[in-house]
Amino acid sequence: MSDSVNSKQEDRRDFLKAGGLVAGITLAPGLLFYGVAQSRAPEEGVSSRQRWGMLIDTTKCADGCNDCVTACNTENGLSGKTGPQDSQWIRKLNVKDLHTGYVQSLPMMCQHCENPPCVDVCPTGASTKRADGIVLVDRHACIGCRYCMMACPYKARSFVHEPLHDQKPDVPRGKGCVESCTFCVQRVDKGEQPACVEACDAKGHKAMVFGDLKDPQSAISRALKSTDSVEVRADLALGTGVRYQGI
Amino acid sequence: MAIMANLPVLGKWFRIFACLGAMAFTAIASTQAVAGVDLPKLEHGKGDQCVDDVAFIRRHHPDLLKHHRDETVRLGIRTTKYSLKKCVECHAGSKTGSVASSEEDFCVACHRYAGAKLDCWDCHATKPGKQVPDAKPVLPQHGGSK
Repeated sequence: MSDSVNSKQEDRRDFLKAGGLVAGITLAPGLLFYGVAQSRAPEEGVSSRQRWGMLIDTTKCADGCNDCVTACNTENGLSGKTGPQDSQWIRKLNVKDLHTGYVQSLPMMCQHCENPPCVDVCPTGASTKRADGIVLVDRHACIGCRYCMMACPYKARSFVHEPLHDQKPDVPRGKGCVESCTFCVQRVDKGEQPACVEACDAKGHKAMVFGDLKDPQSAISRALKSTDSVEVRADLALGTGVRYQGI
Repeated sequence: MAIMANLPVLGKWFRIFACLGAMAFTAIASTQAVAGVDLPKLEHGKGDQCVDDVAFIRRHHPDLLKHHRDETVRLGIRTTKYSLKKCVECHAGSKTGSVASSEEDFCVACHRYAGAKLDCWDCHATKPGKQVPDAKPVLPQHGGSK
């Protein structure tokens, strides 16, 4: 009797050990898969395993603070002028509720849509969305027709009217092309954050969170899961990569 | 020869002029030849050698750069071997610090000689940026997602 009990216990132990092993094997590839999804070899192209996005908390965005705009200008070599013919990749807007008089401040830039209207209308294929969701202008193909500027509901794109000099080596820009926020693609490809997010964090506002929307463990995914956020002009169903909370 | 022998003075002058004419002709011809075929004098780039065989790069650099640009813009592939940025880093002239600011600079000198118009530099920087050491650690996770 005791023998049979012992043997049963041993069986049970073996079963649990085997179960643990199987669980380990099943879990380990999962963990490995995460590792692969997180980083990319230089010769490997972007993939749709990632989708870059941004969450902007307008309640933390201070009225009068312009640090994200300044950081963008410095990183991308923009003049910082705000005339009708000057490039602005990110703008600070003050939005006022006309009934209550409540004013909110928020940054507005390319929303990196899932279904970008700028890409739909581009006659040359210059306006393009990378597999990881970053919407870009390929200046080699841009003919400067500006249809994309008309199609964008966020007024996010600018046209370069005059010849430029002393561009940044990482950010080629030139006359006759349309341009807009790239999520600082040159930094994102190195595993860094966009300049605006870094500046906002440095200032201590921490109003902007950038990350991979497809990684459930990323800060942005967790924040999106736990807070209410909206797309601007959600009625257009563009699936923006940039979302706002507090508006 | 019989006539020359009969007119020794004329023959002497004829020979002198003939010599002078020949020298002048040779001088003009050689000047023209120099102006026509002299290759542009290019400053030696940094380092011992180019990223590939020089003859191969000379012939194929437009295709290599075009291929690389499409991969970089569309796919985010930022390898350095055929990158325009790396060309600039090695070949920026010592006087101007640029590959296309003066007629002696690397890109302009050759393209001027070949009569091929360049529009890379309407958008791309002609000078190398601040040197970022390669040892700079890349964050383990993308975009600070954790």
